[in-house]
Amino acid sequence: MSASAYRKSGAAHALILIALAFISLFLLLPLITVFAQALAKGFDAYRTALVEPDAIAAIKLTLTVAAISVPLNVVFGIAAAWSIAKFDFPGKSVLVTFIDLPFSVSPVVAGLVYVLLFGMQGWLGPWLREYDIQIIFAVPGIVLATVFVTFPFVARELIPLMAEQGRDDEEAALSLGASGFQTFLRVTLPNIRWGLLYGVLLCNARAMGEFGAVSVVSGHLRGLTNTVPLHVEILYNEYNFVAAFAVASLLAMLALLTLVLKSILERRFDYQHGSVGH
Amino acid sequence: MPNLFTAQARARRRTIIPGFGLTTGFTLAWLSLIVLIPLSTVFIRAAGMGLPEFLEVGFSPRAIAAYKVSFGTALAAALINAVFGMIVAWVFVRYEFPGKRIFDALIDLPFALPTAVAGIALASLYASNGWIGQLVEPLGIRLAYNPIGITIALIFIGLPFIVRSVEPVLADLSRDAEEAALSLGASPLQVFVRVILPALLPALLTGFALALARGVGEYGSVIFIAGNMPFKSEIAPLLILTQLEQYDYAGATAIAVVMLIVSFAMLLFINLVQSCSRRRVDA
Repeated sequence: MSASAYRKSGAAHALILIALAFISLFLLLPLITVFAQALAKGFDAYRTALVEPDAIAAIKLTLTVAAISVPLNVVFGIAAAWSIAKFDFPGKSVLVTFIDLPFSVSPVVAGLVYVLLFGMQGWLGPWLREYDIQIIFAVPGIVLATVFVTFPFVARELIPLMAEQGRDDEEAALSLGASGFQTFLRVTLPNIRWGLLYGVLLCNARAMGEFGAVSVVSGHLRGLTNTVPLHVEILYNEYNFVAAFAVASLLAMLALLTLVLKSILERRFDYQHGSVGH
Repeated sequence: MPNLFTAQARARRRTIIPGFGLTTGFTLAWLSLIVLIPLSTVFIRAAGMGLPEFLEVGFSPRAIAAYKVSFGTALAAALINAVFGMIVAWVFVRYEFPGKRIFDALIDLPFALPTAVAGIALASLYASNGWIGQLVEPLGIRLAYNPIGITIALIFIGLPFIVRSVEPVLADLSRDAEEAALSLGASPLQVFVRVILPALLPALLTGFALALARGVGEYGSVIFIAGNMPFKSEIAPLLILTQLEQYDYAGATAIAVVMLIVSFAMLLFINLVQSCSRRRVDA
C-alpha cells in the first residue's frame, strides 16, 4: 500500500473496493475483451483480418475523413473563440449554446438531417442529381456528418481558455506595430497551443470513431463508403468475431493513445480544460 | 444605470484587436451551414406534415414503446451512475491507492473509445456465453439482448459525465464544515446528507442531465447488446434508422423531432442549473 493521505477506515477500504469493482466491470473488462477476442485464434488470424483489402480501404477512408474534418474544426474553433473571447457583443451566450448544440443531438438524427437535405427524397436531391453530385451514400456525406458531430470539440476548449487570457497580450503586440495576423501567429497561438492540441485530440478520436451519424449517410458500400467502425459492424453481424475484434482493436489502440496523450497534457503542462461533456 | 452601461460599451468598442467582422461572420456562416440550417429542415418537414399526421406517426404505438425503452433505460443508467459515479469521484478525491492514475485515466475511456467497439465488447462480455454473462446465467438472469443490456451500455457511456462533473467540486470543497459537523456529533451519514450532498447537488444534477441526454440519443454502443425487438428492446434512434431504410421519411422525421425537442429541453435544464449555481456562488 502506498502512503495514504488520510486515515483509512474500514469504510474507506470498502468504498475503494466498490469504485474499482464498478470501473473494472464497466470499463476495464470491455477494453480487455476487445484484445482477448481479437487474439482468440492466434496472431496470424489477427494479422490476416487487418491486411484484408476491405479493412485497408476502411482504414484509408477513416483517415481521409478525419484529415478533412479535424482541420475544418480547428479553423472554426479558432475563429469562434477569437470572436467570442476577444469581443463583446449581444447574443454571445446564445451563440455559445448553439455551438454546443450538436452534443445534445442524437448521432442518428444528425445523419437524418443530411439525408433530408441531400438525399434522393431531400430538398436538394433532384438538383444534385441533375448535376450528378452525390453526397448521401458517398464520402461528402460521411465528412458532413462527422463535421456535425465533432462541431463543438475545438471551440469548446478554446473559448474559455482565450476568455481567461484576456486581450492584454494581443493589444500590446498590436500597439507595438504587429499586424493582426502576426499577433495571432506569435502571441495568441503559442498561448492557446495546449488547449488547441487537447481539443484536436478529442475531436480526432470522435471523428475516427463516429458510428451512428456515419451509419445513416454511408450506405455501407464495402470498400467504398465503409469507415473502420462500420466495417467492424459488418464483420460482427457476419459472425466473423475474430476479424471484427481485430479491426476494433485498432480503434481501441487509438483510444488508449488518446487517453495517454490526454493525461500527459493534463499533468505535464498543468493544462486545466474547462469542460465536461464530450 | 444607463450611463455606466454606455461607457462600458464604448470602452469595449475601443479595443484595437482586429478581425471581429471576419471571425464572427465566419462563425455564424459555418454554424448556420453545418448545424442550424440542416437541423431546421427536420422541423420544416415536420411542420409540412400537419398536426394529425405528425401525432399519428410520431406517437404510434411502436414509437411510444421505443421512447419508453430509450428514456427508461437512460434514466435507470443515469441513476445507477449517479450513485456509483459519486463513489468513484469520492474515492479519487479523498484516498490514495496503487493504480489510481490508471483507473483515473480509464474513466475517460467512453469519450475516446468508438461506440461500436464498446458495443461489441459489452455484448460479448455480458451475453450468456460471455465472461460475465455466464456467471449469472445459472441464476436465470440474462444481461444481454433485453433492456438490462441497453442499461449496461448506457452505464458505460454515462459514467464519465457524472465523475468529471462531481470530481472538481468535491476537490474544492472545504473540509471545515464537515469536521465541524463531525465534532458536534453528527454521524458520517448525516454529514454526507446534510453537508456534502447539498454542495455537490448542482454538479451532480448537471452530470446526471448530461448522461441522460447522451443516453437517450445513444446508438452505437446500444444496438449490439440491445436485442432490437420492436416494442421490447427497440430504442428510438434505431427506429428512426429502420423507418429511413424503409423510405418512411415522415415516420423518421416525426420521431426525430420528438427526440430533438426533448434534448433541447434537457439542454435548457442544464443551462438553468448551471446559471443558478453560478449565481449562488457569486452571491
